[in-house]
Amino acid sequence: MTYQMKWDTCDPKTAYVLHLADDALILGQRLAEWCGHGPILEQDIALTNISLDLIGLARQYYQYAAELMGEGCSENDLAYHRDSRAFMNHLICEQPNGHWGDTLARQFYFDTFHFFQLEALAQSSDERLRHIAAKAIKETSYHAQYSAEWIIRLGDGTEESHAKIAQSLRHFAPFAHEFFVAAEVDRAASEAGFGPKVSDLSSSWVEKVDAILQLATLDPVDLGFPKKGGKAGLHSEHHGYLLAEMQSLARAYPDASW
Amino acid sequence: MVDNEALERALESVMDPEVPVLSVMDLGLVRAIYQVKEVIHVDVAPTYTGCPAMDVIHERIKASLEPFGETIIHSVIDPPWTTDWMTEAGKKKLEAYGIAPPVGKASDKRTLWAPSPNVRCPRCKSERTDLVSLFGSTACKSLYQCQDCNEPFDYFKCF
Repeated sequence: MTYQMKWDTCDPKTAYVLHLADDALILGQRLAEWCGHGPILEQDIALTNISLDLIGLARQYYQYAAELMGEGCSENDLAYHRDSRAFMNHLICEQPNGHWGDTLARQFYFDTFHFFQLEALAQSSDERLRHIAAKAIKETSYHAQYSAEWIIRLGDGTEESHAKIAQSLRHFAPFAHEFFVAAEVDRAASEAGFGPKVSDLSSSWVEKVDAILQLATLDPVDLGFPKKGGKAGLHSEHHGYLLAEMQSLARAYPDASW
Repeated sequence: MVDNEALERALESVMDPEVPVLSVMDLGLVRAIYQVKEVIHVDVAPTYTGCPAMDVIHERIKASLEPFGETIIHSVIDPPWTTDWMTEAGKKKLEAYGIAPPVGKASDKRTLWAPSPNVRCPRCKSERTDLVSLFGSTACKSLYQCQDCNEPFDYFKCF
């Protein structure tokens, strides 16, 4: 490892690609925690499948970011050798799994956003981002279908499941609000044309989310006051623990390989 | 220069590690084979973004072309691989192996929450089947069950 990190000089495009990568990696890592702990085998497999898709997507973005950084930077440097403050994922991605309903509420909000984000990125001025998005949107529509079905099942299920999923959805709504509040990284991307204006994504998101919530006999979403800061590198305390577990091997044994 | 047809024939024996009846040619993963100054270049499309089998597939392609000379593999994502690239022969092999092949065309799959297709049971050919889980034993498959013969089976997602 000879590469020296220089985040403060990272150009807007590299920063934006890292932001996209960080979302996918951090949520992928969270979902991977369910491996071996799912309520039944099929659901365990489903969440780890989604995790795998997200980590695969993160690799596509990190490889691109590494190329943009140059000077021998690799995808592993970016995933395993950055500290919490350098990560630009949305806060919702790092929130703990909680119970099954918490995980699915978080996933439902994210997947629905991710779908519309990728739809917009398929029109990016950046060719590489267009290609990555065109591929990932297919996987993401499966994720979104899966998490929406669970919201309907839990909301329109028993009194207890209804109350629990309603509580989970309320808990994550202010975190979902962060999707639509532009940070510096979003503003630079939309001004240059390689990323969407995030506030433009909110109406499609609310419409789709509310349609599912109605089927689930749940109240429409109330985004509330946004819990934000993730895209500027200001994370909740959960982020450090997640990184500690994810990065420990790579940091203890640099250049370790399978 | 090696005859490209010979290279293609060699690649027909490179099987997918997760679906060992399908070759990389049946799957439509090989986008181009070309030679520059005695070096063989193969453009390979990844199936799923995070498919863990891709590394093995790349190694196997390299090994199968080793007798012909040095080989370099390029991973290409444009245009993205879809199940439309799978050959008809490949779909037949898949069904004979016990995995229901993808139904319909992938081109219209960018819509959210599209209804599930009618998947035919690869065992008894009944169309009365139920989706058990959207996600199956590998990233590319869903889990179904036949209402007539009761057999659970994998469905290769149309993707």
